[in-house]
Amino acid sequence: MSLISTLARLEAVSTGHAQPAATVRHRHLSERPLVFVPLTTAGEAGAPLGALVGTDRDAPRLLAVPQPRDRDLRFAFLAELADVVLPYMEAYGAEVEAAERTETDPESGKRVKVEVELCADAPQLIVPSRAGIDFVRLLGRSMRFRRTAEQDPETPYPAPARVPLLGRWLTHFGERARVPGSSLLLAATDVLARHWATGQSSLEDQHLGALLAWIDPPDGVSGADAARAAELARDAHGQLECPPAGPATDPAFDNKLLAPAIERHDRARTALAAAQDGLEADTRLGELTAAEREIRELVLSRTLPTWEKVWRGLDLLRALPEGAHVEERWTRDRWSFTGQRDRIAAGEPPQPRRDDAVTAAGKLAAREREQARLEAQEALDDPLVMAARRLSGEAFAGEVTDVVMAYSEGKRPSPRPLVTVRTQDRPHLGERAKVYRSLGGKPQAAEFVGREADDLFVLRIVDKMGRGKVPEAGSVPEKGDLLCFTTFEHEQRGGPKLPDPEATPWTHGGPPGEAVPEAADPLTAEDVL
Amino acid sequence: MTTVFDPGAAAAEATGAILADTLHSAHRGVVVDSPPGAGKSTLVVRAALELADAGRPLMIVAQTNAQVDDLVLRLAEKSPELPVGRLHSSDADPYDKALDDLPNVRKAAKAGELTGLPVVVSTAAKWAHVKVDEPWRHAIVDEAYQMRSDALLTVAGLFERALFVGDPGQLDPFSIVGSEQWAGLSYDPSASAVTTLLAHNPELPQHRLPVSWRLPASAAPLVSDAFYPFTPFRSGTGHGDRRLAFAVPSDGGGPDRVIDEAAESGWGLLELPARHTPRTDPEAVRAVATIVRRLLDRVGAATSERAPGEPQPLTADRIAVGTAHRDQAAAVRAALAELGVTEVTVDTANRLQGREYDVTVVLHPLSGRPDATAFHLETGRLCVLTSRHRHACIVVCRAGVSELLDDYPSTEPVQLGTLVKFPDGWEANHAVLARLREHRVSWRP
Repeated sequence: MSLISTLARLEAVSTGHAQPAATVRHRHLSERPLVFVPLTTAGEAGAPLGALVGTDRDAPRLLAVPQPRDRDLRFAFLAELADVVLPYMEAYGAEVEAAERTETDPESGKRVKVEVELCADAPQLIVPSRAGIDFVRLLGRSMRFRRTAEQDPETPYPAPARVPLLGRWLTHFGERARVPGSSLLLAATDVLARHWATGQSSLEDQHLGALLAWIDPPDGVSGADAARAAELARDAHGQLECPPAGPATDPAFDNKLLAPAIERHDRARTALAAAQDGLEADTRLGELTAAEREIRELVLSRTLPTWEKVWRGLDLLRALPEGAHVEERWTRDRWSFTGQRDRIAAGEPPQPRRDDAVTAAGKLAAREREQARLEAQEALDDPLVMAARRLSGEAFAGEVTDVVMAYSEGKRPSPRPLVTVRTQDRPHLGERAKVYRSLGGKPQAAEFVGREADDLFVLRIVDKMGRGKVPEAGSVPEKGDLLCFTTFEHEQRGGPKLPDPEATPWTHGGPPGEAVPEAADPLTAEDVL
Repeated sequence: MTTVFDPGAAAAEATGAILADTLHSAHRGVVVDSPPGAGKSTLVVRAALELADAGRPLMIVAQTNAQVDDLVLRLAEKSPELPVGRLHSSDADPYDKALDDLPNVRKAAKAGELTGLPVVVSTAAKWAHVKVDEPWRHAIVDEAYQMRSDALLTVAGLFERALFVGDPGQLDPFSIVGSEQWAGLSYDPSASAVTTLLAHNPELPQHRLPVSWRLPASAAPLVSDAFYPFTPFRSGTGHGDRRLAFAVPSDGGGPDRVIDEAAESGWGLLELPARHTPRTDPEAVRAVATIVRRLLDRVGAATSERAPGEPQPLTADRIAVGTAHRDQAAAVRAALAELGVTEVTVDTANRLQGREYDVTVVLHPLSGRPDATAFHLETGRLCVLTSRHRHACIVVCRAGVSELLDDYPSTEPVQLGTLVKFPDGWEANHAVLARLREHRVSWRP
């Protein structure tokens, strides 16, 4: 934790109110996000209990599974979820703009520009907490290898038509969420905690109710008290007044409310199956429907408060202006979405269970680049973030007190002006350390020459001054300019090219071999009720 | 009956076996584990010269530019006639200027300009951008335990067979983003190159160097027990072979007392009163700086097996300060500058890897902390900090670290399929602390 965030947290404790950790919004928020508040069954990994999902905060769609261990009911839930999510995704896939991309030409091996489609906007999925992102990933994994009756008439438990496709999309979103700075799939708690520092631990910040209580406490209540109430307050029946953001549920709810309701449902179902005649069946069906409705209402009672909190959180975030580089990162998300759309359209198989060596290395390298890019861009976009970097000695801001023109040695001397900056910051600068400032959105590099006094740093500007002997207008700082230099680079270089998977070297097990279609997880005794 | 251990013979035998496997083994790779100061660089240089002699074009992969330059200098020192290529980046000042004085070292930013040279040396990062039609016959990968698996993936296509040399006890490579999703995969890109290599090629011959020539007899057993419990090593020198003495007597203060304790026993712990502090704990930083100042002021002389009977002055370049964080290193540098000391190396564990000094002063990674995170508990970090010295190591620490350790047992999740090769940092920290406590000087600044 940086010094400034420690200070912000201390201040939050002493004032009873969360403190801003950013002055701009560092994540893209869609005009029309799809909010997804899932609940899962305790002790049954991957058995959804229900969800609220939708793009209209006033009209969420309630999905519930009256008996989560029943495979057919689970499939029905997933099919219903696909009916909500897929049309939302596909609408974005249909609107495209023309874009250019550099690709390696397979014949000549040269890098050439090709015209491609880029989706004009991309869908955005918002879940309440980080555990929700894991759940999206889990759902994706459980669905993408399923076979429909159409794909494989022999499959013992065919999945409803669009379920495997939903699995592939959720897998893509779950994987994209691992890329730093991406916004296709966001957890409300993560984004809120990025923009406000509360007086509780980062683990406690994963509780959406407690986090919002710090950021936006009710009138006259301190954030600490409101957060405590959000975590612990229970009603007369022993139920949490602010249910956890899921997907896990509170044990008191599971034991006292949910389990009896599911049992009533099971009894009603058994009774219906045992009905002797039509009249009796009608009565029993009524009982079953009532039992189902009761479970739906229970699911709604747990998810609706969270649903409202997610939207409240989005309101708070929307009040912040968007950071300057957010749009650029969102464009990467759009590329990512377009790529997945194209892979599905091209009939490619679902994402494999495990990455091969080359894919894994490629993803890790890309994410490290994105992490460095995100850190640099957030600092450039936001003086409060830059302040943290300045405090840790990675940047310094100050006034130019002197500019002396100088030239490089060699046949064609180029301008290498010496700039003296007065700063109260204490940057860690080694001998000839490189520093960068933003010049019209592009980084200009300088070299640390030395210190004239404790607060006077002499720098030699080394680039972005044009090709001539006289620097281009505006490219050299002037006396009196207020500048901010960073010791970190503003832009990331691309990494080395990885070998093709077919050329995986012997140190990494050699080529992975022919891809075989992967089966869904094998059936186990626990799978069948 | 016990046979007398002859460190020279044991080391020579190990080196012979390694070179035989490197030159003649049917396997594509050979792995050598080397404890701190066991002559890893000497081995690399020897293997390089023998491979060059055998007429096999050789590429050497090191991890940092400093390591590359160091290797080139050593090669040139051993064999001034051998043409060596130094492949470097196209940045400003890409290599050590000392290489310019070597007539047989050719420097280039493009691999094509170095074709045909018997030995070409560069960093893994630079090699990753090289493309070749025909791979090198042989490669030596230095510091292979500090190389990430994904870095090996990018260069492994460049060579047919390779000798991998490294120290398994030093800091593991790390990544700045989470990589849990690949944990347990044999080719986890964030794992070390050797882990991946051996997972896919378990039949490769594995050797280890049995003798540390750097660590004194006082330090080798502790470092071996705490960090290399399954692959123990010995010191090459005996208890009487090294001596550290000071011309100026102690002034009785804490720093002087801990210096005397360390000169006598090889270890010293200066314990400050228990307190939670910021990372750059001003008292601890000042204590470190004071110890360094006193080490210089008291005119030390180090006698070792290299020149028995001829004490060498303990100068600023023979002393180093090690910290866990860069801001701590910066704070110590500033404090030293205030005391008029500028020549002493002050760096983090990461950057001290592979370096050697007569005396090291260490700011304990857990000193003054309210918690013990995985970073601060990492075995390799403490191992690097406590194994850079030839004579003595002085640790500065707040009291209460063992209680802190007891409050924070390691809680890293267990990942299926990953090989646990090491004692965990928690245990290693306790082992080192227990030993340091025998050489404790409590001091209230």
